[in-house]
Amino acid sequence: MGDYVLLAISCILVNNILLAQYLGCCPFMGTSKKMETAIGMGMAVIFVLVMAGSITWLIDAYVLKPFKLEYLRTIAFILVIASLVQFVEMFLRKSIPALYKGLGIFLPLITTNCAVMGVCLININEEYTFVQSLVTSFSYAAGFGLALVLFAGVRERVLLARVPKPLEDTAIGLVTAGMLALAFFAFKGMA
Amino acid sequence: MAKSITQEFVKGLWDEIPPFRLVLGLCPVLAVTKSVENGLGMGMAVIFVLVCSNILVSLLRNIIPSKVRIACFIVIIATFVIVVELLMQAYTYPLFLKLGIFIPLIVVNCILLGRAEAFAYKNGVVASIADGFGIGIGFTLSLVSIGALREVFGNGTFFGMSVFGPSYQPFIFMVEAPGAFVCLGLMLSLMNLAGNK
Repeated sequence: MGDYVLLAISCILVNNILLAQYLGCCPFMGTSKKMETAIGMGMAVIFVLVMAGSITWLIDAYVLKPFKLEYLRTIAFILVIASLVQFVEMFLRKSIPALYKGLGIFLPLITTNCAVMGVCLININEEYTFVQSLVTSFSYAAGFGLALVLFAGVRERVLLARVPKPLEDTAIGLVTAGMLALAFFAFKGMA
Repeated sequence: MAKSITQEFVKGLWDEIPPFRLVLGLCPVLAVTKSVENGLGMGMAVIFVLVCSNILVSLLRNIIPSKVRIACFIVIIATFVIVVELLMQAYTYPLFLKLGIFIPLIVVNCILLGRAEAFAYKNGVVASIADGFGIGIGFTLSLVSIGALREVFGNGTFFGMSVFGPSYQPFIFMVEAPGAFVCLGLMLSLMNLAGNK
């Protein structure tokens, strides 16, 4: 049990998917302008990532490996993730239309969110067991959500500040992200 | 479509250069630009996949039904990513190890899907090839320039060769994650400054 807690902490803080492993930056910049969208995006990613992590692990262990089809991993994983995202999209449109509107273009873009695909590949590369992959998927996603929400909070404040013209919008966003990454960088000392 | 092939090619180098003008595909930009060599390798892989997928999408654009087009694009892109993955594993193994999971992750690079959707699906083969090369080379240029900046300051080297001599104290910040974000942000602002004359 202790191992799983350690694994979770290392995935959320030390190896934060966004700020230490650089995965999932497009939605990070895109959906972090408002707190509400950031929370929605974080939730969507947690949901999709836990499902994608477990399904891709099962596919890899019971379909790709026995038939020696590892070279098809990329295409198999991306198809699983794409169909999952479609499912989440339909679910949200039906049950929570307000959130669906808020997430807008970025919901289908979870398909091309490297964080989701990246975590699935990390799970396989590190040869985690099924339970371990479940834990890492959830904690990486939680780390993503945490960074996104923190960043959205900072960014809402930056909007009020007077920023030099060329630095406006994305540029200042990236520099702010750098500062946030610096804060997370301190956790490296724990490892 | 009055635009000539040359224009389609050149626009990728300045007007729509990713990731500065089109803020897409940030992840590989941040992750693999620790050194010039990595940046260049990644850029080459992206050019290959981008050109090939643009060709195929544009050839099949009348056959692919618009409702399932995204899924088709992804399958096409994934196929070429696998090709590039196997090729790199065979011929440039050290680079393959360095880039690690970022090679399969080309498949989720928004630039590729973005170009397939925004350009290749609506235009002819020749124009799509030009577009693919333009955007791909623009992307490589950005990767190499950011890589150069980070490698020179963060490591004191350029392509593995020492720049400042042995007494240089490396500025570790630049090669780590925070430096990547700040560096990209500052380059973006410089581009804005240059573009808003």
